[in-house]
Amino acid sequence: MLTAIKQTKQILAQGGVSAAAVAGFLALGAAPQTAFAQSLLNVSYDPTRELYEDINKAFVDYWVGQGNATPEIQASHGGSGAQARAVIEGLDAQVVTLALAADIDKIAAKGKLPEDWQSKLPHNASPYTSTIVFLVRHGNPKGIQDWGDLVQDGVEVITPNPKTSGGARWNYLAAWAWAEKNGQDPQAFVAALYEHVPVLDKGARDATTTFTQREIGDVLLAWENEAYLAQNELGADAYDIVVPSISVLAEPPVAVVDANIHDDAQRKLAEAYMNFLYTPEAQAIIFKNFYRGWDTSKADPTDVARFPALELVDIAHFGGWSKVQKEHFADGGVFDLIYRAK
Amino acid sequence: MGQPFVHKSPIPGLGLSAGITLSMLSLMVLLPIAGLLVQGFSAGVPAFVAAVNTPRTWAALFLSFRLSLIAALFNLVFGVVLAWVLVRYRFPFRKVLNAAIDLPFALPTAVAGIALTALYAPNGAFGHIAKDWGFKIAYTQWGILIALIFVGLPFVTRTVQPVIEEIARAVEEASATLGATRAYTLRRVIWPMLAPAALTGFALSLARAVGEYGSVIFIAGNIPLKTEIAPLLIVIKLEEYNEPGAAAIGIAMLVMSFGMLFVINAAQVLSRKRMANV
Repeated sequence: MLTAIKQTKQILAQGGVSAAAVAGFLALGAAPQTAFAQSLLNVSYDPTRELYEDINKAFVDYWVGQGNATPEIQASHGGSGAQARAVIEGLDAQVVTLALAADIDKIAAKGKLPEDWQSKLPHNASPYTSTIVFLVRHGNPKGIQDWGDLVQDGVEVITPNPKTSGGARWNYLAAWAWAEKNGQDPQAFVAALYEHVPVLDKGARDATTTFTQREIGDVLLAWENEAYLAQNELGADAYDIVVPSISVLAEPPVAVVDANIHDDAQRKLAEAYMNFLYTPEAQAIIFKNFYRGWDTSKADPTDVARFPALELVDIAHFGGWSKVQKEHFADGGVFDLIYRAK
Repeated sequence: MGQPFVHKSPIPGLGLSAGITLSMLSLMVLLPIAGLLVQGFSAGVPAFVAAVNTPRTWAALFLSFRLSLIAALFNLVFGVVLAWVLVRYRFPFRKVLNAAIDLPFALPTAVAGIALTALYAPNGAFGHIAKDWGFKIAYTQWGILIALIFVGLPFVTRTVQPVIEEIARAVEEASATLGATRAYTLRRVIWPMLAPAALTGFALSLARAVGEYGSVIFIAGNIPLKTEIAPLLIVIKLEEYNEPGAAAIGIAMLVMSFGMLFVINAAQVLSRKRMANV
């Protein structure tokens, strides 16, 4: 009897210890306070992971060089629309660097930053631009040169879903622009193009994976930087980049989210971060990461020379994002008509 | 008064336990569902009908529920067989296999989706063989079905396993000595004992498959009207900042799931009644 009680006591004591351990393990949130003087969360879109990793390192050096304490710069990446929604719903982002002005407009519409945010920084608040190109298998076995070749028999095109991917909307618009320019009915052309799409991935990175890892499709409609990145990572002998005759000028914009700035010091940091993107040092990093920057003064000439000149149409050509969004990608828009039951 | 004749249960009385149950249920389940209903009908009933009553939504709902049902039926049969083998036979690595069954619970669904896609894509190990036979698995409905079977498999096995452990071999022997054939013993002796647990597992597996998003998204082609599952359609509506539309499809799924679980529950009650009469 006594031993039984002893054992029970022992078990309970052990239980107490392990319960404490379990409780510690199960504690949620309340991460230890950071030792950093200031912190900044940059909420960005999918393909900018590598870019902002480099930029953030350079910015911390620059900021400390200015005689400030080391700041903590964090970056979050995901589909542009989903990221914008997270900020709207309360994600504490001090800066947003998204794929489409329309997504930042959505945040502005909730009063988190002024409606005229795009006029606060140079070049429509876009420190870099990019465009859409084709990534094809080595040697271009299907002989794809331009948008018109994508609807040939037996060609499979990989592009993500424009409903869920900002980049995919640019793909769609670039195809539309080509059809307009070449005297075809744009809606019929785009509809024909999507008949050649076997997989509609959710985001740009997923589409790249489908094309490169799963070896599905003959051509990937990709952000220029994604195409170079894929070629860089997977070997130039695996894929060729084909530059079409016409494409879009994508201007991924950046902005400070005023509502999430907690004090003056943080505002100073956030604004310095935004302005830093336009400095020759940051622009050099931007070119190095296969984005088209504005300032080539410090960039490696080979990084700059890599980009071929091509005819680019910007979003103003289509009447601005709010019009495009409503006409093409909203519920019941042109894109939905393509997939109407036949 | 003296000591009550009936010993008190170690669980505190009805007041406290009902309070805890209701608060937990409200916070975790009822309030979110109420929010869903409010959101779904926030734009009015006609908007709700307009959001759900489109060919594309119906196609996605039909696809989700049809494939989930097939996957759950598959899991019902093979989950019971698996549980039987694990309980009744002794073989090397049995314990390892037993532990491995829970992996679909623990694995992040995205990991499962990517792994399955890598295997079943035309350049993957299995997909390659299928391709030689002129057959595609990943990016078709077959791919979705495989993902749904994967995520639902442990449910039936885990619910049936303890029941099989309780069935004494003597019961089967008794049945045999009374002249029953093997099939008859299985049908009239074993199955009635297993049925309630198996149906629970079936319902859990079905419910899980209907709501599954993370793994399916990688292996489905996500082509509207063909391989677009209902949960993806909800995400698409959210991307359009169309919260009421997303909630409307969510409600439609909720109602259909509830209907199916209700039918399964009724079947369980029926099988229990029949058991009692045996």
